[in-house]
Amino acid sequence: MSTVTAPVSTEHGHPPASQHSVSTFLSTYVFSKDHKVIGLQFLFSTLLWFLIGGLLALAVRWQVAWPWSDVPVVGKLFAQQGGQMSPEFYTMLFTMHATVMIFLVIIPILAGAFGNFLIPLMIGADDMAFPTLNMLSYWFMWPAFIAFGASFFVEGGAASSGWTSYPPLSTNVASSPGSGWGQTLWLIGLTFVGVSSMLGSVNYMTTIILMRAPGMTMFRLPMTIWAMFITAVLQAFALPVLTAAGFMQMSDRMFSTGFFTPENNIVNNAVAGPGGGQPLLWQHLFWFYSHPAVYIMILPAMGMVSDILTCFARKPLFGYRPMVYSIAGIAGLGFIVWGHHMFMSGMNPALGITFMVSTMMIALPSAVKTFNWLGTVWGGRIQFTTAMLFALSFVSMFIIGGLSGIFMAATPVDIFIHDTYFIVAHFHYVLFAGTAMGVWAAIYFWFPKMFGRTMNEFWGKVHFFLTFVFLNGTFFTMHILGAVGFPRRLADAYHYETFHHLQPMNAFMTYCAIGMVASQIIFAVNFFWSMFYGPVAGRNPWNANGLEWTAPSPPGHGNFDVQPVVYRGPYEYSVPGVEKDHLMQTDPPNAAAAAAAASAH
Amino acid sequence: MNRLGGIFWGLVFLAVPVLGVAVFAVAPAINVWLPKDISAHGYQIDSLFYFILALTGVVFIATELLLFWFIWKYDAARGERKATYIQGSHTLEVVWTIIPAATLLFLAIYQMNAWANVKMRRPDMPPTVEVVARQFEWRLRYPGRDGVLGTADDLHLVNDLHLPVDEEILVQLKSMDVLHSFFLPNLRIKQDAVPGMKIPVWFRATETGGFDIVCAELCGWGHYKMKGRITFVSRPEFDAWLDRKYSEQEATQPVAEAVGEMAVR
Repeated sequence: MSTVTAPVSTEHGHPPASQHSVSTFLSTYVFSKDHKVIGLQFLFSTLLWFLIGGLLALAVRWQVAWPWSDVPVVGKLFAQQGGQMSPEFYTMLFTMHATVMIFLVIIPILAGAFGNFLIPLMIGADDMAFPTLNMLSYWFMWPAFIAFGASFFVEGGAASSGWTSYPPLSTNVASSPGSGWGQTLWLIGLTFVGVSSMLGSVNYMTTIILMRAPGMTMFRLPMTIWAMFITAVLQAFALPVLTAAGFMQMSDRMFSTGFFTPENNIVNNAVAGPGGGQPLLWQHLFWFYSHPAVYIMILPAMGMVSDILTCFARKPLFGYRPMVYSIAGIAGLGFIVWGHHMFMSGMNPALGITFMVSTMMIALPSAVKTFNWLGTVWGGRIQFTTAMLFALSFVSMFIIGGLSGIFMAATPVDIFIHDTYFIVAHFHYVLFAGTAMGVWAAIYFWFPKMFGRTMNEFWGKVHFFLTFVFLNGTFFTMHILGAVGFPRRLADAYHYETFHHLQPMNAFMTYCAIGMVASQIIFAVNFFWSMFYGPVAGRNPWNANGLEWTAPSPPGHGNFDVQPVVYRGPYEYSVPGVEKDHLMQTDPPNAAAAAAAASAH
Repeated sequence: MNRLGGIFWGLVFLAVPVLGVAVFAVAPAINVWLPKDISAHGYQIDSLFYFILALTGVVFIATELLLFWFIWKYDAARGERKATYIQGSHTLEVVWTIIPAATLLFLAIYQMNAWANVKMRRPDMPPTVEVVARQFEWRLRYPGRDGVLGTADDLHLVNDLHLPVDEEILVQLKSMDVLHSFFLPNLRIKQDAVPGMKIPVWFRATETGGFDIVCAELCGWGHYKMKGRITFVSRPEFDAWLDRKYSEQEATQPVAEAVGEMAVR
């Protein structure tokens, strides 16, 4: 992986690989400044946390389906409760499930793993603009890994005031056992995740603006890169607010300031802190970051899915510019919709109306994207690879997640469904059925570029089929659970008259969730087996036309044999009058030259 | 599985709208659906819910069917046809931008009135009852015989909220400690209780009976058990109940002591 194996052409003045590498194991695989190694470090770390987050979810589902029953396998860990889960433990579980999945899986796997791996390769650069900064962005994740991981073992357990950490619950240890050291470590972890994201996003913006190959104009960039670019901008502008809010909460907890605690706040019969603050202030600051973060968690997946759809439909992307503008539109509107998380919070209801209108409008660019994806598939020549199936399922599932959003954007309906399983269904359709399926599509698609081998297609499709079936079994039924008003985050809701009959349905969902997690064993085995024993892939196993497919698989340091020069847009599939069904971005415009280049590959 | 083509995968994707619609069709029949609405304003919320359900349902079915159709029809295995080289369509982009935009804008304006009724047009009246949320119970305070909250003759109760039917009710919602949310599923009411804020909540019940009060905002380990009951009775029954509770309170504890214990401002 460390050297370029193909003959190096120095014709175009590209520095030969040997200049880059004084290879020791440590500098190659651990403290590497190579964007590809850093991307893979992010990938392996986040996949490991994905497993942990998934197991946390299973434990949550267990309690929801069979409250207070003995927990199988891991029940021995709660010996003091006779094998049952305590309600505070359950509270901690769903808090940490969301925390792990959002901050340690989705955000870093999209920006950290795929952003790092793909950006230089797809724009024709030899590396990121700031390789050292890039290395640091990975290593700043480790204090976060340690803080979040260690928080499970401190007194009172990990944070348990929800991933949103609303004060005063999160700031006052008397209100919740997890609001002791667990919450402090949570805030420390969050800060480091933020630093890592910030270092990454500065790097991505600079790299995409300054280091594009000759001829790679902004409107010849693949959608993946556009999405990564706009995501980086979002992150750079939104993140400081969360970091500042985190410090304010830390200060409330450690130095008894009162940003978020009102006067005469009595928790557990004791006056809490000096007061003078406002709990809603935290919600505003938190969602000012965390709503744009929702788009940080989906836009890169949208970009990657666009590229995969075009490749396996053998068609240009339908409406390239509208797709770019709609991503920009989502990002822009994304900054003025945070209040829709707060319709019931006690915020001025007149303000709710403005947030409702902006939220309704953000459905528009999402609709435009969906129609364009459908337009992309229309008239294509679809190849049903595993990556394509995951990409198609992204579209299918995003339709559900997008449409259910309209229910909660409608403020009167939100009165009823706010904080119910309808919301849980919605964001799992966007983040799991959307982003996670997009990530799997991307893994199956770019695996050959990462490891030089392709993953097993048969087991890939089995993995897809089982995941697709079980995820719908788990999450679709949540919609109608939400229609009953079944609330989130309750350790046991069956003692309510309104909800007492819903246990069988929850049991069904838990069986599906177990199936869904179990299906990932197939993925894990396929992934690691294929890394070593999969069929060797050439440079361009999918006949795709992006720049990354002109580099060796896996690319060595410096990525390309020769500096690529770009002559055309990213989606030249099935061009009329050309014999081959795709033209590389590097193929010169002259038809004869194009044919020559095609045969040379 | 490798040999399965567009027919099989098309059917897999077709299952999404088919089963999706089936789930929503069956749900009301098995009583997994909106709980009974007993409020005067609830129909506005429910009809909006059904309107959006119909609207999104049509879009859902149409787009998922299109996806199925394309997967089925444009399978590479069907003949040696080349894919259509098309970069997009300006007309289509305009059409599918303007139609959703107009629909969404209409939806936004259409719903404002319902929202204003529930959350903005506060009735001009003194609070019927004060609800103070704390971990993990609902503390209730009725104004007592003088009709004014915060005086020595207030009636204090926990979790058992009685209110007269067919009358406008104004609840003054507060929290002592952390965030809570006052959720009345059958009245289509939800409002967070925020420490440091007094938030008005109003509704009118159209039926008598007992219903759940649920806490819908995470408030700590006991969040799941923060249950109350709201009971609507006729005006005479309500007055009698109030009298009974009032004499019970006077019998068990002197008024001043009760106020001292409930140092909730």
